[in-house]
Amino acid sequence: MAQITRDEIVHIEKLAMLNLSEQEIDNYTKDMQEILNYAEIINNIDTSNTDETIATTEQFNKFRKDEVIPSKTRENLLQNAPSQVEGMFQIPNVIN
Amino acid sequence: MELYELTVHELIEKLQKGETTSEQITKNYFDRIKEKDGQVKAYVSTLEEQAMTKAKQVDEDRKAGKKLSQFAGIPIGIKDNMCINGTRTTCSSKMLENFVAPYNATVIEKLNAENMIYLGKLNMDEFAMGSSTENSAFFPTHNPWDLSRVPGGSSGGSSAAVSADMAPWALGSDTGGSIRQPASLCGVVGLKPTYGLVSRFGLIAYASSLDQIGPLTKDVTDSSLLLNLIAGHDPKDTTSMDMPKKDYTTSLVNDVKGMKIGVPKEYLGEGTSAEVKEAMFKVIKKYQELGATVEECSLDIGQYASAVYYILACAEASSNLGRFDGIRYGHRTENFENLKDIYKNSRSEGFGPEVKRRIILGTYVLSSGYYDAYYKKAQQVRTLIKKAYAELFQKYDLLLTPVSPTTAFKMSEKMSDPLQMYMADICTVPVNIGGLPGMSVPCDVDSEGLPIGFQLIAKPFAEETIFRAAYTYEQNTNFRAEHKPTFRGGEA
Repeated sequence: MAQITRDEIVHIEKLAMLNLSEQEIDNYTKDMQEILNYAEIINNIDTSNTDETIATTEQFNKFRKDEVIPSKTRENLLQNAPSQVEGMFQIPNVIN
Repeated sequence: MELYELTVHELIEKLQKGETTSEQITKNYFDRIKEKDGQVKAYVSTLEEQAMTKAKQVDEDRKAGKKLSQFAGIPIGIKDNMCINGTRTTCSSKMLENFVAPYNATVIEKLNAENMIYLGKLNMDEFAMGSSTENSAFFPTHNPWDLSRVPGGSSGGSSAAVSADMAPWALGSDTGGSIRQPASLCGVVGLKPTYGLVSRFGLIAYASSLDQIGPLTKDVTDSSLLLNLIAGHDPKDTTSMDMPKKDYTTSLVNDVKGMKIGVPKEYLGEGTSAEVKEAMFKVIKKYQELGATVEECSLDIGQYASAVYYILACAEASSNLGRFDGIRYGHRTENFENLKDIYKNSRSEGFGPEVKRRIILGTYVLSSGYYDAYYKKAQQVRTLIKKAYAELFQKYDLLLTPVSPTTAFKMSEKMSDPLQMYMADICTVPVNIGGLPGMSVPCDVDSEGLPIGFQLIAKPFAEETIFRAAYTYEQNTNFRAEHKPTFRGGEA
């Protein structure tokens, strides 16, 4: 049975781009342990030679014509931006 | 009788006979919302001004003899995870509290083409993650049958609004039971269509391989009418199937003679309450009386569906919710010095506890070293679940199960125990894993007067079979006439 450690949750926190409080890390460590303990029942099933299902409908690679169609305007797409400048999304400096 | 008590097909009849107008209907609904939504809290936002303007316009056009759809001027409520251009679409999350959709979801385009009217946006568990609507970042929705209880979730606002006559019908979305379970707990009809039947474009994604939009209605006829409107291929959603359009109302036939219905015994075991079981046996008996063959069968692998569901859904969610970065839309933190701070702090401030829990679980099962043990394994078990269903559908036209193992539970009863909350979906999740259609049909109330629903499941794209069996049951029983929400238990 997988043992979830606090350090693992701290690692996952980084991967998921979250900032958790000490209390949250404790809580989620406990929750993950319980949920994954439960989820491990799937190990009782033999899945050798079983394909994975990535989609339930059996259609793959659907193609469409490459046509020029109207797209959204710049204003339209920027209307929800928390910060913008000269018609662009604004972020802090990333290159010093 | 008030207009808000009528089904949509009854409203259409009245409109066609000239006995009422869209303005009267729409006004009647907003009056009802003002009367009841203080207690129920189904709506995140209402759209009264634009709705009344549109209603008057439709009435004028109709009077002027303009050719209009029969649905023109019919109001509808929309779960707040579907985009209506120019309207706030929040997913009941602080992350999207001020997000104004810059385009329409395809289902909204389809309703616009009929000149339908939006009453407002309906509350939900944040990002559709939950089974009680208590995970809304704004406020919980209450069950109209007992205000101290949950309406179910995540489409709890949609089901409560239809149940409380605050919308004649509504759209919800269902990833693991989020239409059917609240429909059952609120005594309305809820349909999750086959995966690929309804376009997901403009539905804010939770788990893309499982999400599907569907109708919550007062009866089966309305369900078929609304599915007619929203089904169909959409080039903007490559998972939507390109197939001939059907008229589901032709399946409203009062006859189940010769139909074969399987009842997987696993769903009538220990985990299901005695009163729900008893209600299922009554439904089985009714179908037998009506000439269907009902037999016990087994879906042993179904017991693994919840584990598979939480692994796959959370994995997909952790990926889908990666887009919320505080840059292009959504909440941005005020507390940052660099780009990474924006990402981390915006997400941590914008997402609620359950959303974070699922992102963490999903990130974990996809992370290096665990991918094969959890994610890949779950996808393999998914194949086996699909196969088990396919085998059952060689023998049966339909499967019949409970929708929820219990009736509506008390608010905050399950909030401190995530795993216990996850088990609320145990009868509905397997259907999403298999990509099948499933409907919740109200059939009874328990000793406390709380609604119970049964679930009909069919093979992919066999919604007709569900409509026929559900319609026959409805025509030969009397749930809607006998039971109504009481709005008791307020201030508890």
